[in-house]
Amino acid sequence: MASSVHLCLLRAVFLVCFFNPLIKGLNGDEGVIQNPHHHLHENITGLPIVTFKWHHVETPYLVVLWVFVAGLAKLSVIKLSHRVTSVLPESGLLIILGFILGGIVWGADKAQTFKLLPPTFFFYLLPQIILDASYFMPNKLFFSNLGAILIYAIFGTCWNAATVGLSLWGCYEAGAMGNLDISLLQFLLFGSLIAAVDPVAVIAVFEEVHVNEVLFILVFGESLLNDGVTVVLYNVFDAFVTLGGPMIDAAEILKGIFTFVVVAFGGSFLGVVFAFLLSLLTRFTKHIQIIEAGFVFVVGYLAYLTAEMLSLSAILSITFCGVCCQKYVNANMDEKSVTTVRHAMKVLANGSETMIFVFLGVTAIDTEIWVWNTGFILLTLIFIFIYRVIGVFLLTWMLNKFRLVPIEVIDQVVMSYGGLRGAVAYGLAAMLDEDSIPEKNLMISTTLIVVYFTVILQGVTMKPLVQWLKVKRAAHSDLKLIEKLNNRAFDHILAAVEDICGRIGDNWWTRGWNRFEENYISWLLMKPKARKNRDYLFSIFHKLNLEDAVKYVSEGERQGSLAFIRSDEAANVDFKKQFGSEFSNYELGIENFSVTSIVKDTIPSVSLNIHGQDRKNAVDDTNAHHLLQQHLYRSRKHHRHKYSRNHFSINQSEDEVQEIFQRTMRSRLESFKSAKMGVNQAKKITKHHKKELTHKMANGHPDGKGHLYGDEVDSAVGSETGIINSTFMRDTYTVGAGIENPVFLPDMDSHSSLPWLMETEAVAPSQRAQRRLPWTPNRLRRLAPMRISTCSTDSFLMADVSLTPEEHEELPQTDYDDMRPVFE
Amino acid sequence: MGASQSGREHKFQDLADKTGFSIEQIKNLHSRFKYLTQDEDTLRREHLENVSNLSINPIRRQIIEAFFDERNLGGHEKGCLQEIGFEEFVTVLAFFRPPKPRIPDEEVKIIRKEKLRFLFNMHDTDNDGVITLEEYRRVVEELLSSYETIGAETAKAISDGAMLEVASVTVGQMAPDEFYEGITFEQFMQILQNLEIETKMNIHFWNLDKTTMKCGK
Repeated sequence: MASSVHLCLLRAVFLVCFFNPLIKGLNGDEGVIQNPHHHLHENITGLPIVTFKWHHVETPYLVVLWVFVAGLAKLSVIKLSHRVTSVLPESGLLIILGFILGGIVWGADKAQTFKLLPPTFFFYLLPQIILDASYFMPNKLFFSNLGAILIYAIFGTCWNAATVGLSLWGCYEAGAMGNLDISLLQFLLFGSLIAAVDPVAVIAVFEEVHVNEVLFILVFGESLLNDGVTVVLYNVFDAFVTLGGPMIDAAEILKGIFTFVVVAFGGSFLGVVFAFLLSLLTRFTKHIQIIEAGFVFVVGYLAYLTAEMLSLSAILSITFCGVCCQKYVNANMDEKSVTTVRHAMKVLANGSETMIFVFLGVTAIDTEIWVWNTGFILLTLIFIFIYRVIGVFLLTWMLNKFRLVPIEVIDQVVMSYGGLRGAVAYGLAAMLDEDSIPEKNLMISTTLIVVYFTVILQGVTMKPLVQWLKVKRAAHSDLKLIEKLNNRAFDHILAAVEDICGRIGDNWWTRGWNRFEENYISWLLMKPKARKNRDYLFSIFHKLNLEDAVKYVSEGERQGSLAFIRSDEAANVDFKKQFGSEFSNYELGIENFSVTSIVKDTIPSVSLNIHGQDRKNAVDDTNAHHLLQQHLYRSRKHHRHKYSRNHFSINQSEDEVQEIFQRTMRSRLESFKSAKMGVNQAKKITKHHKKELTHKMANGHPDGKGHLYGDEVDSAVGSETGIINSTFMRDTYTVGAGIENPVFLPDMDSHSSLPWLMETEAVAPSQRAQRRLPWTPNRLRRLAPMRISTCSTDSFLMADVSLTPEEHEELPQTDYDDMRPVFE
Repeated sequence: MGASQSGREHKFQDLADKTGFSIEQIKNLHSRFKYLTQDEDTLRREHLENVSNLSINPIRRQIIEAFFDERNLGGHEKGCLQEIGFEEFVTVLAFFRPPKPRIPDEEVKIIRKEKLRFLFNMHDTDNDGVITLEEYRRVVEELLSSYETIGAETAKAISDGAMLEVASVTVGQMAPDEFYEGITFEQFMQILQNLEIETKMNIHFWNLDKTTMKCGK
């Protein structure tokens, strides 16, 4: 079935037109290339080297070609000049492009050989879009507005279907449409298929407009759910139509209503069940990590098909599957798999969205389907618009009586204007039974016109409207972490105040559910390990830090070296005051760590800011380059890509690790030697008090631009590295693993905690090299939560500063003892 | 009896005018107040601590403190009270009253400022007008304490990170010898301007009734 559908769907006629003559020509000219392969056996004269087997691959080839063409269409749309794309929404452009493609096909074949057939649409194009939309649904927002969304989706759709159907019927009876063969039931059927706001179109338009989040979730959630509702409604009316007018009595109508409820809620319930299964499944996929991402799609699709099989609402099923599983799936799966799912989901959804719009355009270029009836078409357009507005305002008026934050009038206007119809309506119209509905083609063409009208015209005017009405836009904020913290605090505060007032309110329910979810559902569906890291706040934090790290590295690489530029908006914050107090708890000797490294200007503090305004002189640059050359590991392309179907990683060669290790050791040794000269100086300097020094250092930069970067960073880094090194060396010494030059090690270890050594270490490898620290896995782990803290390159460094106290704590007492003689 | 009854009515009317609650709501709140205090005239901390659902709230200390914080009671004094009367109780709760629909922008701004001030006071435990890192850390630690998986270290890191965000937005670059003292109220308003607090820091008061009253304890 699939192949036949695809055959029909994706007859890339332009290809056929251009290739067929070619094929024929080839056949005529050369005997070797045989077109249909059954000829092969007949006039085979020798072993054919190359054969041309077009019919052999025709179907899949055309499918792929159409997909490819759709992709190209999207590309060309994106590449269009900005002026066009800023006016026309992408979806509209794709439809227009579809017109052109359809024109080509029609011009070549003299008939439309291609149509978007309902089964293709409902089985192969729609599910991934719905899954994508629901999988990325902002859960909290969705569920906190679920009541409103459901009311819009269910009652709004029913209202639209009933009023549009009835009004059209009324006008028909009044004679506004001339002579048509449509009964009341068929009008209602038409009303139900045209009622639903289409998620594909709505997302495509609203994504570009950035309205505020409540408005977005209302429109988006409504469009997603009312698709399900409209399909159900359609099926009910379709059954009525087949049954015929006279057969319908009160019992049948009651049955119809009952069906509606069962199908809609049964579908949703089925989706939740599948989400449950999927979440449970991902708990155990640890050992097949490479394919675990696939489960999301497969199970999602299964949810869809199963619902279809049970004649429940498939769209609702896959919607709820996506919405409910996301949390657990994301927590259970490996981070890479999560990324895979995200990307694959976007690829699929975006791809089929593009195809849908293109095909909607292509479908239009067909003389067969076009039946014009001005009255019917115009009245449909008008009624759809009017009843959408009335419905939205009516329902909102009722909702606002219960809502804490009423939906504003402006938002209501945008909501009603955002009633875009799309491919679902067309798919349903194309599914109509020609035998029982003689005016099927009129309905199809009306639907198509409605779709074009709403997507293109309303899509174009949506943005200006939103601007003109000054709709509250989505506020973009950089303050992700503090915002999340505040939201979290908020939830608790509100719940607490409700407790104090003794009221069982929304917050009470939310909290009750959260607790239940945490205690039972998460316990059942989540890996114990995942449950630990799952906290939302933590994940935000983690994500931000990952972003930072990536930015940090790419920034460095963009510079062509590992120079770290400072970003201008980043702040320079000094938490020294706070840390100062903590510092005082520790040994004096430790304080001197940072002190020495702050003060020693004689030794060029590395490359941290080649870009910088601070130190522009050439000497430093040369120094830095020299150092970088010396210390950085240059990849020698030792990566061996071992092919494996089960594992996906570049195996870091042992050599490389070893080499990094050796280089670091060598550099350390060198700096150690040279540092011996600096003993006196270091001693002298240690007498300064720390704060004084910070101050002094600031004065050291006459231009006042000696940000954190210059010395203070070094101090932080220096002290940190020093300690890292000392711990590290102790580790390696005791463990004795991978030591290449054992001669030096004992020697170094005994001196490892000397301050001047620490300080020269500040000159060592460049930040990134330090950051990578291949040598101390255990250290890295300890750093993990801390290191990943913050938002800019600078704050990265700040994190290091904030690290120092902990570092000191971790230093074993023996080190302090080592140090004391030096300072006293 | 009649006199005291009408006196109370009068007092309620005053309160309603002052806080914007309706008389109905005031009455409901009053019976709740009586219930919490076990028919005493003043509310003390332990009364609130006894509210069972509150005991699982990680930041209950801050919330309870907010009720006894003089800054929230309209006066200009600072400090903490040991017990509050009904009027203070209602005054504090009035911070959570949803604003009336369709009010002019200026009023929204005032309401927003008031609500933010309340929040700010909650964080600024030592009344010096600045939320220092120490104070903020404490807040975050408490906030995250119910999540046993987030250790104190992480909480610290998170609060540091958040503080850095604030600093980077509000202050910009600082010279190396400067240090960031903390969040002032102006900065606090600045960073939360997108939060639309006037639409969020609200709870329903309007359908308080006797049946739901019983559930708090």
